[in-house]
Amino acid sequence: MKPKEEVGIKGYAGYVPKYRIKPKDIGEVWGEDGEVMGRGLKIESKSVPAPDEDVVTISTQAAKWAMQRADIDSDEIDAIYVGSESHPYAVKPTATIVAASLAATPHLTAADYEFACKAGTAAFQTCMGLVSSGMITNGIAIGADTSQGAPGDALEYSTAAGGAAYIIGAGDLLAKLKHTCSYTTDTPDFWRREGKKYPEHGGRFTGKPAYFKHVTNCTNKLFEETGKGPEDFDYAVFHQPNGKFPRKAAKKIGFSQEQIEPGLLVTRIGNTYSGAVPLGLAATLDQADPGDNILVTGYGSGAGSDSFDIEVTKNIKKIKDHKVPTIKEIISEEEFISYSIYAKFREKISAGGE
Amino acid sequence: MRDVAIIGVGETRLGELWDKSLRELGIEAGLKALKDAGLKGDEVEKLYVGNMSAGKLIDQEHIAPLIADYAGISEVPSTRVESGSASGGIALAEGFKAVASGMEDIVVVGGAEKMTDVGEQEAKDILSSTADQEWETVFGATFVSLYAMMARYHMEKYGTTKDQLAQVAVKNHSNAAKNPNAQFPREIKKEFVKNAPMVADPLGMFDCAPISDGAASVVLCPAERAESFHGKPVKIAGIGQGGDYMSVHERKHICTMKATERAAKKAYSRAGIGPRDIDFAEVHDNYTITEIMSIEDLGFFKKGEGGKATEEGKTDINSHIPINTSGGLKAKGRPVGAVGLNQAVEAVLQLREDAGERQVNEPRYGLIHNIGGTGASSIVHILKRWS
Repeated sequence: MKPKEEVGIKGYAGYVPKYRIKPKDIGEVWGEDGEVMGRGLKIESKSVPAPDEDVVTISTQAAKWAMQRADIDSDEIDAIYVGSESHPYAVKPTATIVAASLAATPHLTAADYEFACKAGTAAFQTCMGLVSSGMITNGIAIGADTSQGAPGDALEYSTAAGGAAYIIGAGDLLAKLKHTCSYTTDTPDFWRREGKKYPEHGGRFTGKPAYFKHVTNCTNKLFEETGKGPEDFDYAVFHQPNGKFPRKAAKKIGFSQEQIEPGLLVTRIGNTYSGAVPLGLAATLDQADPGDNILVTGYGSGAGSDSFDIEVTKNIKKIKDHKVPTIKEIISEEEFISYSIYAKFREKISAGGE
Repeated sequence: MRDVAIIGVGETRLGELWDKSLRELGIEAGLKALKDAGLKGDEVEKLYVGNMSAGKLIDQEHIAPLIADYAGISEVPSTRVESGSASGGIALAEGFKAVASGMEDIVVVGGAEKMTDVGEQEAKDILSSTADQEWETVFGATFVSLYAMMARYHMEKYGTTKDQLAQVAVKNHSNAAKNPNAQFPREIKKEFVKNAPMVADPLGMFDCAPISDGAASVVLCPAERAESFHGKPVKIAGIGQGGDYMSVHERKHICTMKATERAAKKAYSRAGIGPRDIDFAEVHDNYTITEIMSIEDLGFFKKGEGGKATEEGKTDINSHIPINTSGGLKAKGRPVGAVGLNQAVEAVLQLREDAGERQVNEPRYGLIHNIGGTGASSIVHILKRWS
């Protein structure tokens, strides 16, 4: 899918809660060797949202900073899409709360997206279409999550919180969104039924027939449509449910460790679901130079992948003027907590037992 | 009783076969075996299917006629045989009896299991259900923990070491590396096995056979007709089935499987040979300790010396008694109710000298050994080269 008119990123920023828990401390509660689990998943710690943090607060903070970088006002926002699988309400949009917090209401369109971990990149594509068709001037695409892992489940070692927001528009761009494509099938590898607190997953089925099949096929489709290959990109960002999968996928497709390293945040912050690829891309843009090319492929269970061909412009050098913290700066602020505090923060236990 | 020959074999690749159902696996293996024998479906007189737990694993009972139907031979009488993880081996014995008795001439015996449609924990619980639910699992024992107790006792009593257990896995992976149908066709290092996450002390992850999908099949006929078919025949020289207490705690010696000893004794006697005449064996290695105990119970080594023999390379593929040339349950894979038939396929390939890179030198007799549960049932077949 090639945009009709030039479209790209005018501003971006991410937010990750400062609290962290180590796999060792999770394993200790469940009688497992958490260090071995962590090593297997290549996760050293994962982020934990504070009790007053959710997808709304993460999205709002990221969007505010992104607007600062794009140097646009609230009344210039024509659309907001928030992709997440942990929207605070089952029925009532996150996007309206974010829009109101940004003072962007009422003259804009807004909606929530859900497509497991790729809802954020789906929001990218929507904004790309609206901008390149001339229907809107600026849209905000957000991917954010405070993902859930059932106590004692293997997911508990990776499910984390964080997100990033992107101002998609035309004109003065930090990076061009030159091409995108998707690969979608009905593959039940991971799901959460209506009314259930925690998701379920298909164990090893989440690997080869799910993540790897979609990420590989979508990326190769982008190569086919653009005539490019791994050697044409300076960086690559893949969805990162753990540290193993993106490394393996990158190797299989033909990317080097150096190409993916800047966007690989999962080791320190865990799997931020819809936030993972937007955050990985933000960290990559933080260190990119004008002319750099970035390949992005997200993955959402259920299942689908979105790939993007991104070219960084000379404007990237100006972002330092806006005093917005880089992803590296944000994630370097860490406060480690015990499992009991984590259990309280994540409402696995509550005062009064309610 | 008539002599019985195996005139065709076939099997699927083993592994996590996400895109194949139980019926597809069963049909694939069956058709390959019929093709190997040069037979058509309408020549089949009876079908036996070894399967442990389709009811729990895929919510489907009555699977023998299901497979027959979808294979296009719905009119052929078919029977499912269940005896825990020995279902495949015991199905083969039932097929043998049908031909040996003169009731049938052309019998197909298949084994099939689809294990990955349930989660890993559920699959483990289903495996544990082949132990005594009232006297073992209800108190928290899992399948692997019962075998871990046998391993611990073997170590205590005979000085068997973690290194020796690990060597079983290393050897079987090395053999599987030469088997295109294996789930894990790659070599592994001993340190890797020893440092793997613990499952039930002393058994780590790489001491355990995997959860697998897969199927295997053989075609039987009276020996007197064996040369009139397309495939190279192999003779079934002797069969023995043994039984023992269901619960491990009832047994006098928990690291001797009496069921295997009894099965082996009968099989050797019926074949008119002893353990020294066996040129290779496919042994039930659901855990590394099981192979060590079994090579003792089958009479290849004295009780307590299985670990040392393995460590010294006496069960390697180029040794006097190669064990699990296919890679075994450990590395070839464990589609649990099909295992006995997977073993039969390997033994036939070896005796026909069709085993490719893992071929042993001119074997005359091959033994296959299949255990049900923690050893309450066990079956041994001795197969003999045709000429």
